[in-house]
Amino acid sequence: MPNILIVDDSASMRQMVAFTLKGAGYEVEEAVDGADGLKKAKTRAFNIVVTDVNMPNMDGITLIKELRALPNYKFTPLLLLTTESTDDKKQAGKAAGATGWMVKPFNPEQLLATIKKVSG
Amino acid sequence: MTIDMSKFLDTFFEESAEGLDAMESGLLNMQEGAADNELINTIFRGAHSIKGGSATFGLSEVAEFTHHMETLLDEMRAGKRAVARELVDVLLESVDCLRAMLAASKGGDAHNPERAKVLSERMGRMLGVAVESAESVNSENSTSGSQSAVGAGWRIVFSPHAHLYRTGNDPVRMLRELAELGDFKVECDTSRLPHFADAQPEECTLAWTIELRGEIAEQRVREVFDWVDGDCDLSIRKLAADPAVKSSQEAAGIDIKAPETDIKPKKPDAKAPIPDPRSASEATSIRVGIDKVDALINMVGELVITQSMLGQVGKDFDMSRVEKLMHGLSQLERNTRELQESVMRIRMMPISFAFQRFPRMVRDLSQKLTKKIDLRMSGEQTELDKTVMEKIGDPLVHLVRNSVDHGIEMPDVRRAAGKSETGLVTLNAFHQGGNIVIEIKDDGAGLPRDKIIAKARKQGLLGADEEPDDDKVCELIFMAGFSTAEQVSDVSGRGVGMDVVRKNIKALGGSVDVKSEPGKGSTFTIHLPLTLAIMDGQSVLVGQENYIIPLVSIVESIQLKPGMVNLVAGQGEVMRLRDEVMPVLRLYKIFNVASQVTDLHRGLLVVVEGEGKRVGLFVDELMGQQQVVIKSLETNFRKVAGVSGATILGDGTVALILDIPGLIQLAQQPVNVDRVIPVGHIATIAA
Repeated sequence: MPNILIVDDSASMRQMVAFTLKGAGYEVEEAVDGADGLKKAKTRAFNIVVTDVNMPNMDGITLIKELRALPNYKFTPLLLLTTESTDDKKQAGKAAGATGWMVKPFNPEQLLATIKKVSG
Repeated sequence: MTIDMSKFLDTFFEESAEGLDAMESGLLNMQEGAADNELINTIFRGAHSIKGGSATFGLSEVAEFTHHMETLLDEMRAGKRAVARELVDVLLESVDCLRAMLAASKGGDAHNPERAKVLSERMGRMLGVAVESAESVNSENSTSGSQSAVGAGWRIVFSPHAHLYRTGNDPVRMLRELAELGDFKVECDTSRLPHFADAQPEECTLAWTIELRGEIAEQRVREVFDWVDGDCDLSIRKLAADPAVKSSQEAAGIDIKAPETDIKPKKPDAKAPIPDPRSASEATSIRVGIDKVDALINMVGELVITQSMLGQVGKDFDMSRVEKLMHGLSQLERNTRELQESVMRIRMMPISFAFQRFPRMVRDLSQKLTKKIDLRMSGEQTELDKTVMEKIGDPLVHLVRNSVDHGIEMPDVRRAAGKSETGLVTLNAFHQGGNIVIEIKDDGAGLPRDKIIAKARKQGLLGADEEPDDDKVCELIFMAGFSTAEQVSDVSGRGVGMDVVRKNIKALGGSVDVKSEPGKGSTFTIHLPLTLAIMDGQSVLVGQENYIIPLVSIVESIQLKPGMVNLVAGQGEVMRLRDEVMPVLRLYKIFNVASQVTDLHRGLLVVVEGEGKRVGLFVDELMGQQQVVIKSLETNFRKVAGVSGATILGDGTVALILDIPGLIQLAQQPVNVDRVIPVGHIATIAA
């Protein structure tokens, strides 16, 4: 099963996402902000990274930019969680190298559908 | 897959509370006109997380409300909106309102929906939008599937740009997704494929033509390519319908099966019982820094090593190994002490937890009183036991209110006195010895000496012809039933005054006093023990019994010479020490212990101080100093005059800890031995 890194500064969102994904059999690791996420991403190669946009220390867009520059993450699906469905945020994400996005609020079913879309 | 969202609610409430605190302190630090981006970002993130979480966890009311705050903050962040006082006020009020809304969702008191509505409208007006727009929080996702285009199927030409792989997207996965939608046929176009020698493995040079048959909404097909918009050339055309399919096409137009994925968030019943409905405000868990836990683990490691070392020594023990044993034991002692210190440190929290409410409080109060006041805080990182911190909160609030209300003068008065119009209240905390000291200082008018004296006379606390010195005046304000406010104001002086403050602080084993200079301000100083559970004690021997005297209260120990002690009628024995007269208490008499040492010259006199008074305690002998763990006598037995608690000594016996202020009170009345319980009795019960 793919292993997934979740980066979000909100513990409740992290818990929800992790719980849902673990329930579906994925292996999940959590990081509390972009900087933490980058650090963890460097320790092993995750198959998928899901990150929030607004976070202290390092935001999600920067994280994606940094990850995409790493050889291990050149082709890895990197997903943004965003409440802003506006185009400029999506474009900023794309420009940084995001694979796709998921608009908050989402429910577990949507989350699993999206992850399935990029796994395997 | 159904997941009960309510299980994440507790975490959400906890982090929202933290988020709100951060927003509040951020808003309070905001300078009018100046946009501090980092600050605004922090506040924005707070609102943003609460909005995201509440929408996800089904608290739509909260989500709608937060949406406005977020939008306002977003505009500030983008520099489109200046930091104005009115804006900050609205946001602060909204923080309060959100707190109430979250508390209500958590199962506390119902909040006032009117207030949320009024605030929403105010924010809406600022944004220049109608309040209804908040609906868009949830509606922005529910648009999918409303497309009516459904046909016999689709012919899709998908030709990705070379860099597609580098976005993390993969045509294989997209084709797989398409295949799930209907009857799927694909043809690969290899015309762009370069010669093998020139092939770039990281580039995408293939293209596909897909025929997808079935009643599929165009939206569903487009969704598959949503993320690669701009990274590929895409054309999606309707397939010519088969006659068989055509007949159903009309129907299909109406029958757009709302796509199975219902995008609206699942709403768990907000009133569903949340597990563990603890009273809202009492936090029973503490956050501990990793470094503290690491230190603890280290220490335990050391302990294990020492233990195995001692085990080795004990295996085949003979006298030649005594030295090793002693060495091991002293190491064990060191480990234990360090371990104890580390464990105690876990309970220690920075005093900023108690301080953080003050910026807001002072701001609100100064607005209410139309005074101009700056609050300056320092030493917020000073650590203090969690229990002490919780109990010091109210007295601190009282003292700060007092400084703001009584201390700082109105701006015109200050100007007339040649001071700056803006008053300054300073909160400071630092460690001193085994104590933590908290200072509350204002640069106001100082204590009104004449008013205090007049009031005290009226209350009968002071004789008509008594002319108290400054210290005595300061003492007066701590006396019961004393409140200087001429009228009982809304802010302070509700009758319960400084006497309650002092009582509460004393109950923590601390003290409070005040220094004041007319026209320059006053300083309240609180001394508190770092922790309530452990203290440094001096063990003393009386007869066969050990007693512990708190080390902090000991002034000195002396050997008496004949002639130092006199018998004074009505006062008992009194000693003269360097021009100071103090009563002498014979502990063996007070506690009714049989002692060989009854001659004052043969024992020792420990001079102790409490509440500014001194007494000499007569004991047989001084034993060692040690840290003792305080056990409550009240929970195990009952309150005993002159004793504050008990502890268990190394050899397993119980020693009573003396209550010095209590003993001093005892000294002021004729000793009545009958009131005191024989100590042997206590020891058996407490053990």
